[in-house]
Amino acid sequence: METVLIRGAALACALLFAPLLIGTINQTKAFFAGRRGPPLLQPYFDLWKLLRKGAVYSRTTTWVFRAGPIVGLAATIGAAALVPLGGLPAALAFEGDLLVAAGLLALARFFTVIAALDTGSAFEGMGASREVQFSALAEPALFLAFAALARATGALSLTEIYGRISVAAWMQSGPSFALVAAALGVVFLTENARIPVDDPNTHLELTMIHEVMVLDHGGPDFGFVQYGAALKMWVLGSLLVGILIPVRSGRWWLDGAAALEGMFWVAVGVGIVESVMARLRLLRVPQMLVGAGALCVLAIVLGMK
Amino acid sequence: MTDLLLVAVVLTNFVLLGSSRLAACIRVAAAQGILVGVMPLILYHDAVSVRTALIAAAGITLKGIVFPWLFFRALRDVDVTREVEPFVGYTVSILIGVGAVAGSFWLGSRLVVPRPVPSAFVIPVAFSVIFIGLFLIVSRKTAISQALGYLVMENGIFAFGVSLALEEPFLVELGVLLDVFAATFLMGIMVFHISREFDHIDVGRLASLKDWTTRRYKS
Amino acid sequence: MILAVVLIPAAAGLAAFAIRGDGLRRWLTVAVGLAHAGVTARLWMRPTAPALGGWIALDRPGLLFLSITSLLFLAASIYGVGYLIREGRGERRDIKEGFLFTNAPEQVFAGCLMLFLATMSLVTVSHHFGLLWVAVEATTLASAPLIYFHRHHRSLEATWKYLLIGSVGIAVALLGNFCLNVAASRAGGPALLDGLVRGAASMDPAWLKAAFLCFLVGYGTKMGLAPMHSWLPDAHTESPSLVSSLLSGALLNCAFLGILRSVQVCDAAGLGNFARELLVGFGLLSMGVAGVFILRQADYKRMLAYSSVEHMGILALGVGIGGAATFGAMLHAVNHSVTKAMLFFVSGNILAAYRTRVCADVRGVVRTLPASGVLWLVGFLAITGSPPFGTFLSEFTILKAALDAGRGWVAAAYLALLALVFVGMAAPFLNMAQGSSEGRRREGWLVVAPPIAFAALALLLGLWLPARFVDALRGAAREVEGLRGSPVVAAPRPQAMDRDHFVEFEEDEAIGRGHGASPVVHRHRLGMPDLDHLAAAEPELHRLERRPVEERAELIEVHEDMIPQWWEIGQ
Repeated sequence: METVLIRGAALACALLFAPLLIGTINQTKAFFAGRRGPPLLQPYFDLWKLLRKGAVYSRTTTWVFRAGPIVGLAATIGAAALVPLGGLPAALAFEGDLLVAAGLLALARFFTVIAALDTGSAFEGMGASREVQFSALAEPALFLAFAALARATGALSLTEIYGRISVAAWMQSGPSFALVAAALGVVFLTENARIPVDDPNTHLELTMIHEVMVLDHGGPDFGFVQYGAALKMWVLGSLLVGILIPVRSGRWWLDGAAALEGMFWVAVGVGIVESVMARLRLLRVPQMLVGAGALCVLAIVLGMK
Repeated sequence: MTDLLLVAVVLTNFVLLGSSRLAACIRVAAAQGILVGVMPLILYHDAVSVRTALIAAAGITLKGIVFPWLFFRALRDVDVTREVEPFVGYTVSILIGVGAVAGSFWLGSRLVVPRPVPSAFVIPVAFSVIFIGLFLIVSRKTAISQALGYLVMENGIFAFGVSLALEEPFLVELGVLLDVFAATFLMGIMVFHISREFDHIDVGRLASLKDWTTRRYKS
Repeated sequence: MILAVVLIPAAAGLAAFAIRGDGLRRWLTVAVGLAHAGVTARLWMRPTAPALGGWIALDRPGLLFLSITSLLFLAASIYGVGYLIREGRGERRDIKEGFLFTNAPEQVFAGCLMLFLATMSLVTVSHHFGLLWVAVEATTLASAPLIYFHRHHRSLEATWKYLLIGSVGIAVALLGNFCLNVAASRAGGPALLDGLVRGAASMDPAWLKAAFLCFLVGYGTKMGLAPMHSWLPDAHTESPSLVSSLLSGALLNCAFLGILRSVQVCDAAGLGNFARELLVGFGLLSMGVAGVFILRQADYKRMLAYSSVEHMGILALGVGIGGAATFGAMLHAVNHSVTKAMLFFVSGNILAAYRTRVCADVRGVVRTLPASGVLWLVGFLAITGSPPFGTFLSEFTILKAALDAGRGWVAAAYLALLALVFVGMAAPFLNMAQGSSEGRRREGWLVVAPPIAFAALALLLGLWLPARFVDALRGAAREVEGLRGSPVVAAPRPQAMDRDHFVEFEEDEAIGRGHGASPVVHRHRLGMPDLDHLAAAEPELHRLERRPVEERAELIEVHEDMIPQWWEIGQ
């Protein structure tokens, strides 16, 4: 019984606390800007508000547009079920699940993109094109990061891999882990449309990437999109935290608490980055992503002692 | 510790490949020079001789302080702050850098070093620095970037020599450093002259000496 | 005593930066040239002990190249007095684009010229690979300001290319130094040439190969071997003619000496064939590239520069073939330096009179500048290797050695490329010399005497070689071949030997390897002396090849007549 509970813990944390990440980031940004900022739980209120609303659909759209948010959310929840939270094992774990997790995230992105294209709007098409361009570079970096981790730990399942990243493992192949963490950080910022890649608060459609794709969604659909985005941030964030917080005591509550604290610090870190950095020019983004891939290659090479 | 140092050296390479601001490039090259200069102390931390310490000190002073200072002086004289259009774009440059690193590791695995080496990564990293320096020379257009590429290549060769604990006599090491210093100094002067003569330090404009354009021979 | 050849010009060069009087400075340069030549002559008379713990020593190849450098500098310094008077002060109009430019201060020119001599002398006398590297890099640094004497954008471009390409090439040679050090670490000797040659047999072959490749690319860049020659035509064209003559006649040889040193080590380590095959390849490639660019070249100084690439190719090819061809290469180094320096001197005179470097715009040199015009024609015949000039003798020696070594294809390619260069140079040279002229111009004796002397020397070298000189050349060739001291000490380099030696090799039952000798001999007769590939199949043989020099010397005797007497060469 307890094992079942532990196995569900990571997924439950993801589903429950994901919007809290957004709230924390907003609080941090408000703190640095000297504002009071929205309440920490504002994302939950927003979701509740959106779910109670009705939806309006354009007559030019088809079922693809309606399926987009639902499939996107479902795929992201699936990915969340595969990703461990630090020392807490994932709900599902099997050999090669890292490929499935990356694939599910890609599926979610695919449906967001075709739903955006389905509207026939020029803005949304442009956003979709950018999103695809960047993820075409971010995804190799993600896979290379997984490869480097698999190489360093000798396991092929995310739960196993992250279970083996301990303080002792850091002593042994620290440089590799540091490089992979840096690369995952870049992927995290890119995939979640944060500064310096995309500005979630911008009001100019021309400069948006992620936000512009979902302009036409409303009501519960937009709620799903928002919730899916938060969940995706949680998934990628827990990949990062699992490396950076190598607490593997064997006691699930201790590991879990450490990982949750790590997630909190990741959110604060994103808030700080967004407060002190400006957006990169669009041309520089691919360069940054290729650089992240280069770091992962270096990590793999370092792993080949 | 050693591995961290070497990873940092490789990272400086990638930054050099990816950044267009000349001032940033000079700073990164200086950082790389210091890292490479510290290398003998860290690689042989259990037995630091006077000779090693002196070489490290000379390396750090020249590569970390004097050369960057020379370059900054040259940069101040010219009215250029960034490399606008290199022959090879930055993203492609980074990819080529990845290739160079991978190739160097392959090369390092092929070469059998007949004496104990402090870390298995030292020689591949040194090779990658040499290759990337060469690549910077051929792929960049401003004279300063090319001279920086030469400096990076020298760093790599220095690292190679240090990692093998070669028993070059001290005088030779000093002579080598002195020569590199003089070369850098001369290049700095030339950069100044190029900027004055061409109103720019774009080496792409140095293209009047060719074989087939001056051909007017009729027999 | 040896140190004097470095210290005298270095001190005078530094002093020249401070001397204000033009006349004094110019004649100081000549005085340094004379003093340097005097010291060199004395070194010929009496062998001198090594200095600085063996780092500075003079062996015969070193002495040969030192003498060439000294002779050229003396002539260039005399020519330089006339040249600097002709240049004058103040602004001048560019010959090509018509803008005004100034020259660099004469102090810098004279000072760097003498420092250049000091660094080149250091190259020839250094017996330590690290010191050699430092000296070669120093030649680049000392000569870069010389190329930028005329301060305009073209010479600047040439200087930048020279400085960057030269430095990068030399950096590769530094890598070669490190590889050599790794290779020698098992032997445990210092990086002194003699020690390395003695301990070469126990070196790590893979690292030694890497070292040789680095040296070949590094010093080859400086020497102007294709495809690393791209700086050479620009630097030679844009620099003042006397600097071109020193670059071409002295500096390239010094870089070649760097390669020769590494060949010596490779030879002693039993990798001679590996090194020599590479030299043959680079030599032929350089000749080919130079031939292509000489054909229909519009600029006569550029043509001379490419001709230097060609002759460096010949030197590399000569050493690559080995045996008598090494002797030929040594002789050719002398011939080429003398002839090319003379041609550059004359080209300076023509340039000053006609103010153009385009062949087609120059007509009637024989009438306008009688002395220079005749010298131009003489120089053309000499540089293309026509009899009775010295170049003919040396080029023919190399050809004969190639044929004797059974390398017919190499010999055929060599001949074809020589013919190509001859055809390429003939038309523009003859066109420039002949034709109508706009009246005679005065030529100062200072700018005519050095080329006349060199022309006479080039002719003399073709007609009469003093026995003493031939001995010295043969000694130099023998040291490059690795046959140190008495003539019986020999490395087994079978492709250079004639039939008798193969027979000895085959019949040598004393070592009990009669069964293994024949395939080697067979391969060498076919002209494919690649022992490294053979090594996989014949480990026994490989071990023989890698024995210490002394031991091998007992196995194979080499006769004195392996290297021909000079009067046999033409037969």
